[in-house]
Amino acid sequence: MSTTAADIIVDITPQEKESFYARLQAFVGLEIGEPVVAPDEVNAAMIRHLVETVGDDNPIYTNTELAATSIHGGIVAPPTMLQAWVMMGFKGTKLTGESPYEKMNQLLFSRGFTSVLGTNSEQTYERYLRLGDRLTLRTTIDSISNEKSTGLGTGHFVGTRQDYYDADKQLVGSMLFRIFRFKPAAKAPVSKPRPVRPRPATTHDNQWWFDALNEGVLYAQGCGQCQQVRFPTGPMCPSCHSLKWTKVDMPLSGSIHSFVVAHYPQVPSFDYPLPILLVDLDPVDAPGGDKIRMVMNSADTDLESLVIGARVRIDIRSTDPDMKLPFAIVETQPSNGASA
Amino acid sequence: MTNLPATKEFVGVQIADELPELQIPLTRTLIVSTAIATRDYQVVHHDPTVAAERGSQDIIMNILTSNAFVGRFVTDWAGPNCFIRSVKVRLGAPNYPGDTMIIGGSVTEKNEQTKTVTIAVKGSNSMGDHMNATVEVVLP
Repeated sequence: MSTTAADIIVDITPQEKESFYARLQAFVGLEIGEPVVAPDEVNAAMIRHLVETVGDDNPIYTNTELAATSIHGGIVAPPTMLQAWVMMGFKGTKLTGESPYEKMNQLLFSRGFTSVLGTNSEQTYERYLRLGDRLTLRTTIDSISNEKSTGLGTGHFVGTRQDYYDADKQLVGSMLFRIFRFKPAAKAPVSKPRPVRPRPATTHDNQWWFDALNEGVLYAQGCGQCQQVRFPTGPMCPSCHSLKWTKVDMPLSGSIHSFVVAHYPQVPSFDYPLPILLVDLDPVDAPGGDKIRMVMNSADTDLESLVIGARVRIDIRSTDPDMKLPFAIVETQPSNGASA
Repeated sequence: MTNLPATKEFVGVQIADELPELQIPLTRTLIVSTAIATRDYQVVHHDPTVAAERGSQDIIMNILTSNAFVGRFVTDWAGPNCFIRSVKVRLGAPNYPGDTMIIGGSVTEKNEQTKTVTIAVKGSNSMGDHMNATVEVVLP
């Protein structure tokens, strides 16, 4: 059977919860399905493979001569290997949908208890297993808890009891195995801190301009000799070649000269699509004061309202605790409903 | 190995005796190899992509292997002529590749009638307790 999200009943009344739990409890005491006959006899090769991987040098598992002199009288399997003898291996267990265990799971799945976590494994050994032992496993549903809330989510602890018998039908070991069948708690989305916006490369010739932005002021550069206004900043006036310069306070308004909208490549510190504008700043009263353009991103702006010539207001905003940059905000035409 | 190593005698063991610590570097190879050696082919024990899809940060050691390490930890200390009566494990933080599991333990009970000692075992990794186990072992 397949369970889709739509099948899962999430909100149920206490009465429904009680009847659900009663239906679950009906599975307690049932064998989960047919007994499992171990595909292999207890054998030296599988024992050696396991003790090699876990680095267990106990000679009673691999050394025929020394094992014979031990209280075990010969090679035995590590007792904790009990469960490995009945594992279904690569082929897995054939599901019919009809066994009590599968039906119990279907009931749990129908209420959203789809995740599973092993919580307890308790093995008791009647005797150590010897080469040639062939095990049969019978598993019974031992306990089902009422609904529990844990850090992982809410669900039911399901305990099974596994009894292992030898060829003479003698009990050789048993295991209580407890799992938690649960509905995962809603996880807070993993929020990685967003990387800060890459810093501009500053030099002796432009550091003052960025420093002024941090104070909330937008400057262009003026020539100390011929008063020509220029941007970007530089050491020498391109007009008269003077090295003297002044700061020219620029208005925080202008219009879009041109723009592009970047989609790729995406840098994690920016939101995409990312408009990049070339803004004609409103003029200042000086030579060249009407020709100052700056590159900046826009903020609070729909892509549709990006039009060449559109009026923008410039807002100086923090991009990280130590950096402010100018952003262009397109001024939408106030619609007054008036028509000619 | 030409002779059977010595086995701890019941009379010589005292409550609060510490067992020698065992450090297990949790390599990817170890986690995959032990899963296969216990015939556990579940994908979360060998396929990191599927493990991630199921919400696990990586593949994890299987429970049968945690059991096997508990057994090794106790018989490394007790010796070959003991009989492990029971191993009860409560599982916690998973064992991911790249971590190290440190197994420690001590004797908590002695039963004079059955010559059984109880050992509390803790396996921890960088995230906390991977397992807390109680082992009953019969000593000569």
